[in-house]
Amino acid sequence: MDLNYSAEELAFRDEVRGWLAANLPEDLRRKIAEYEHLSKDDLLRWHRILAKQGWVAPSWPKEWGGTGWNVVERYIFEEECGYAGTPPLVPFGLMMCAPVLLRFGTEAQKKRFLPRIYDGDDFWCQGYSEPGSGSDLASLKTRAVRQGDRYVVSGQKIWTTLAHYADWIFCLVRTDPGTAKRQEGISFLLIDMKSPGITVRPLILMDGGHEVNEVFFEDVEVPVENLVHEEGKGWTVAKYLLGHERMNTGRIGASKRELAKLKEFAAAQVNHGRPMTDDVRFRDKLSRVEIELTALEITNLRFLDQLRRTGQPPGAEVSMLKIKGTEIQQALSELMMQAAGPLAQPFRPVDGGDGFEAFTAALAPRYCNMRKTTIYAGSNEIQRNIISKMTLGL
Amino acid sequence: MNFDYNEEQQLLADSVRRFVQKDYGFEARKRIVASRDGCSAQVWSTFAEMGLLGIPFPAELGGFGGGAIDLMSAMEAIGEALVVEPFLATVGLGAQLVARGGSAAQKKAILPAVIEGRMKMAFAQTERGARYDLARVATSARRAGEVWVLEGDKRMVLGAPLADKLVVSARTSGKPADQQGISLFLVDREAAGVSLRPYVTLDETRAADVVLQAVEVGADALIGKEGEALALIEEVVDYATALLCAEALGAMKYANDATLEYLKTRKQFGVPIGTFQALQHRMVDMVIAAEQARSMACLACAKVDGETDARERKRLVSAAKVRIADACRHVSQESIQLHGGMGMTEEMKVSHTFRRLTMIGQQFGDAEHHLERFAALERG
Ligand SMILES: Cc1cc2nc3c(=O)[nH]c(=O)nc-3n(C[C@H](O)[C@H](O)[C@H](O)COP(=O)(O)OP(=O)(O)OC[C@H]3O[C@@H](n4cnc5c(N)ncnc54)[C@H](O)[C@@H]3O)c2cc1C
Repeated sequence: MDLNYSAEELAFRDEVRGWLAANLPEDLRRKIAEYEHLSKDDLLRWHRILAKQGWVAPSWPKEWGGTGWNVVERYIFEEECGYAGTPPLVPFGLMMCAPVLLRFGTEAQKKRFLPRIYDGDDFWCQGYSEPGSGSDLASLKTRAVRQGDRYVVSGQKIWTTLAHYADWIFCLVRTDPGTAKRQEGISFLLIDMKSPGITVRPLILMDGGHEVNEVFFEDVEVPVENLVHEEGKGWTVAKYLLGHERMNTGRIGASKRELAKLKEFAAAQVNHGRPMTDDVRFRDKLSRVEIELTALEITNLRFLDQLRRTGQPPGAEVSMLKIKGTEIQQALSELMMQAAGPLAQPFRPVDGGDGFEAFTAALAPRYCNMRKTTIYAGSNEIQRNIISKMTLGL
Repeated sequence: MNFDYNEEQQLLADSVRRFVQKDYGFEARKRIVASRDGCSAQVWSTFAEMGLLGIPFPAELGGFGGGAIDLMSAMEAIGEALVVEPFLATVGLGAQLVARGGSAAQKKAILPAVIEGRMKMAFAQTERGARYDLARVATSARRAGEVWVLEGDKRMVLGAPLADKLVVSARTSGKPADQQGISLFLVDREAAGVSLRPYVTLDETRAADVVLQAVEVGADALIGKEGEALALIEEVVDYATALLCAEALGAMKYANDATLEYLKTRKQFGVPIGTFQALQHRMVDMVIAAEQARSMACLACAKVDGETDARERKRLVSAAKVRIADACRHVSQESIQLHGGMGMTEEMKVSHTFRRLTMIGQQFGDAEHHLERFAALERG
């Protein structure tokens, strides 16, 4: 047994690390470090920097711009980005729509959409959830009725992340309400957000931020060539995407960065005249998170090694990474807030805000915001259901 | 043994509850939060009319001479409605310091005005780096002839932007963290040299940093004996902590009621999500946490009213705050999780309750702070 990366892998990591250090713009690095809101331009700027370097879509086939890295290299790259604190790559185009098109799309669809996703010309969002269909996605009701060479779509999506920035949305819609199995009447459609009949309404989260939306469809016409895979086979597509190897689910790199920041921040906070890091009760909590994170990193590497050797796509393992990774992210945000003590209680300034300490005031909103991580992308309860069914046979 | 409220306590609780149910719904609260002052003058005068502002003050000055137990149920109602008016800052802290430590003249000048709703107060205590340590006061007050001159920088002063008068803790001798040498002063919020950096807090109340630059106050502004204020500060902060524990019960009740209702009505997979055993047990644990919290809130209120041994009072108030802080965290986090995406939105009262409970968990000391104090007093 050898828990370490090989010499080549280490060299690769150093190369990525060096490149990130030289190419991550300082203003973006600072915004991430200070938990500031990122604009669409910020997100796209980073996307294009990576695209120019040829690193924006590592897992794609080489002919479409992929890097040809193996799973370990891809993992290293993603974790290094997290550790460096780069803006996130918005996953909906690069990591969701594109793999679907590569697997199920027609040549014409690939040619039309993939280069634009690669270059950041089209901003995508994901239209799965509906007011009545969250964990139980297969109950979705948004209707698409075929009329000649188009579908007419009516219904509502909710929680659509960054729909207010998006040019396109990929949706699961019901094309046949009469099937015996609910999963069978669902199709996967690509919809232009500029189509008449689409309305986007912001949903403000409890931290005051606007990241999710409701998207309403009123007789929206969608050309049939925007159907992916066969009509009624949308569930197969969705399931493929869920099973699509996502080994960075644990967000180890980003959590390592947060942990380092927490240590630095806590050391600068004073309690009874001494650094918070000298406070036994606080330090124990911090150490526990660090140990949990160390365990998760090694667990993640074990799964990765298994994947590399067997070629078996991960199953319930991803659920484990999601559960532990999100719990760690939440614990870190909570400890940051706790370390700041009373200084984390101001939320937003009144009257100009001269002298308002924005960094400590960002810690409680961040704690609030991170509650989402155990809810979205398959809630942690649903992930536990998956493990108990798939792995344990319960 | 009798854990019921008596008739007077029940009457007060009923009138406060009726008022908040009728006039302090979630929409009404939203409007108050969004208003310029973030506080409703009308709500405040209704509190005065109900007698709520006078409960803990002496009868001869217009109050009812009640204790923390007498306010418990009202605090619960305030907590459930997420009231943002500075009740705790005024009645639990500022005026309480005057009532317990002030001269006859100070009481007469202040308490009737507070009771009648004409004066709001705030307690300027916390400083940068002090966290929850009450002895850590660096703000200074020095005598200059007939007056005192105050210099310092206070943080997170609850209700400061709304207050007419501040009670300011300042050091008249010794070094920061010395037990001796802390004094209390009454300062007009509008006094020359007092400036505020106002903000909205995590739980949508108003607070401010208060900067004192060469602020002059007269000799009659000193509350109690020079240099001996720490014991009074501890007593009053314990009192306010006990009230805060009662307030937490109301907020937890809302979170639990709303979550239970959601489990019964939200359907996924063709059934109410409350039929999933994984969630049933989670809900049960939330309810148990709230019950345990209630017991400790009762204990804290009883001790701040009746315990003459300061050390025992401190130990048990800390015990209560540990339990309450843990319960606030547990109940608030679970209430969001079980609401799924809906719980994350500003549109739902439960997310505001989450913010309030998060704040309560930390106010006057988080669980770790009080665990430390509890254990230290146990050791002797
Ligand atoms: C910030 C954020 C961003 C999002 N972005 C997107 C997006 O871009 N696109 C998109 O399509 N969706 C998005 N979502 C939606 C997300 O996928 C759903 O919120 C999630 O699937 C949960 O659904 P729900 O909110 O309806 O909760 P519900 O499914 O109603 O669940 C409520 C509670 O019940 C639990 N529960 C449900 N079923 C079971 C069960 N069988 N056993 C045990 N417990 C159960 C849940 O875990 C949860 O605790 C986002 C959500 C959030 C919060």
